[in-house]
Amino acid sequence: MMHEDTVLLRAGNLSKAYGNGCSRCESPEARNLEKNYCPHCGTVYALQDVSFALYTGEILGIVGESGSGKSTLMQCLYFDQPVTSGEFQLNSYKGGTVNLFEESDQVKRYIRNYHLGKVYQNPMLGLKMKFSSISNIAEKMISAGHRNVGVMQERASELLSHVNIPAFRMKEAPQNFSGGMQQRVQIAKALSNNPPILLLDEITTGLDLSVQAKVLDLIKTIRRDFQITMMLVSHDLGVIRMLADRTLVMLNGRIIEHGLTDQILEDPQQAYTQELVHSLL
Amino acid sequence: MKYMLKIDNLGKSFIIHDLQKHIHGCRGISLALQHGEFIGITGRSGSGKSTILKMVYRTYLPDEGEIWYDSERWGWIQLSQRAERDIMYLRMYEIGYISQFLNVLPRMTAREIIQQAVREKGSSEAEAAAEAVRMLTHFELDRELWDSYAATFSGGEKLRLNIARAMVKRPRLLLLDEPTASLDMHSKMRVRQLIEQLKREGTTMLGIFHDIEFMRGLCDREFKMNQGEAVI
Repeated sequence: MMHEDTVLLRAGNLSKAYGNGCSRCESPEARNLEKNYCPHCGTVYALQDVSFALYTGEILGIVGESGSGKSTLMQCLYFDQPVTSGEFQLNSYKGGTVNLFEESDQVKRYIRNYHLGKVYQNPMLGLKMKFSSISNIAEKMISAGHRNVGVMQERASELLSHVNIPAFRMKEAPQNFSGGMQQRVQIAKALSNNPPILLLDEITTGLDLSVQAKVLDLIKTIRRDFQITMMLVSHDLGVIRMLADRTLVMLNGRIIEHGLTDQILEDPQQAYTQELVHSLL
Repeated sequence: MKYMLKIDNLGKSFIIHDLQKHIHGCRGISLALQHGEFIGITGRSGSGKSTILKMVYRTYLPDEGEIWYDSERWGWIQLSQRAERDIMYLRMYEIGYISQFLNVLPRMTAREIIQQAVREKGSSEAEAAAEAVRMLTHFELDRELWDSYAATFSGGEKLRLNIARAMVKRPRLLLLDEPTASLDMHSKMRVRQLIEQLKREGTTMLGIFHDIEFMRGLCDREFKMNQGEAVI
């Protein structure tokens, strides 16, 4: 794997609030409170000024407790949710010169189909459970403009065999599959249009350990074979340790610490990160 | 004379927020390593030897002081202030680290581990395969073990594998954190041979050793430490 210094994805001052805010929580001082919700109007500040860069070929891990904004960040980057404010640039789209949040829905759809792939924690969100695995992949390909059924079938079987789904089960619907298999179908679907970036949101949560290991090994092979850049959200530090090159630590919608993964695990600076690391041991 | 690594007044303490405690790591460390030189750090357990090495490798962030390194790609740089991405590059191509702990990647065979290390450097598949055979043979790892999971190995076997993995990358600067701690005499000699070979090839090394006998004749200089400070 060659080392490149291109920034593939850049997010700047990303903010997401649920609620309209009030005079008491809109001032910058009030927002620096420990909690990320306003007790007066009930507004939740899920993301507050999140900025980071993702470089070619790396796996960027994001850790944090439930409610720290990890998944919201992923949803915002995949346009599942609108942001309140912020910037988002992709090097693969117009050289990273435009803020994608300000583009039309059409452009956003195009970015989702061609430039990003996402694997959800819950396969129900990422897959149509009652359609066959091949159709699930074909659906994503159709949205990217493919129309030739033969080509789509071939590509879908190729991807499914890459994620170790046996050939005789490819036409089955994911609802008949085990959790690990559903996750693997999701991964195949995310890869179908050769996106440069894969967003992985808690992909091993709720799977038993041996199945987790298979999914993680698959991620490693995919990284090697497709040279793909990934963002990996997890609250499992073992997963982060094994896969991530760099790690961001989130708390209350902010990035409180960032560093090389071994540095975060061995020399955590913030009180919360220390608590997190000590919980592991 | 230009140095490969120059450490100036380096200090580190660990803050444990939970217990509201400061733990003293090391203080006022200055050290200069010339190109091709091998310095051995000695001292009792807890005297801060590993802390220095880990700061050079950026596993620890220093509190004060500077670490200058003469990189092939960027020239004279300050390691502790460099971007994470650049440190990733240096770890892949320029700086190697051998730990005293026996961590190996799970679900990978010995052969795969070595091959992956060679391939990360940009070599072809065939080169990697040949290099893996050469390395595994050198460290006299049982042939039956080559294609079994490294996680099932004994302590000495894991250690030899870790050393092999770091050495195939041919780093310019190699950090050795007690690489021979749990090896028998014969394996130690094997490691020593390889270190000598690397030294002949011009690798600069900074190592920690408990075994003074082993170190003698291998290191150019000794750097003694006591309670986090250098002994002069």
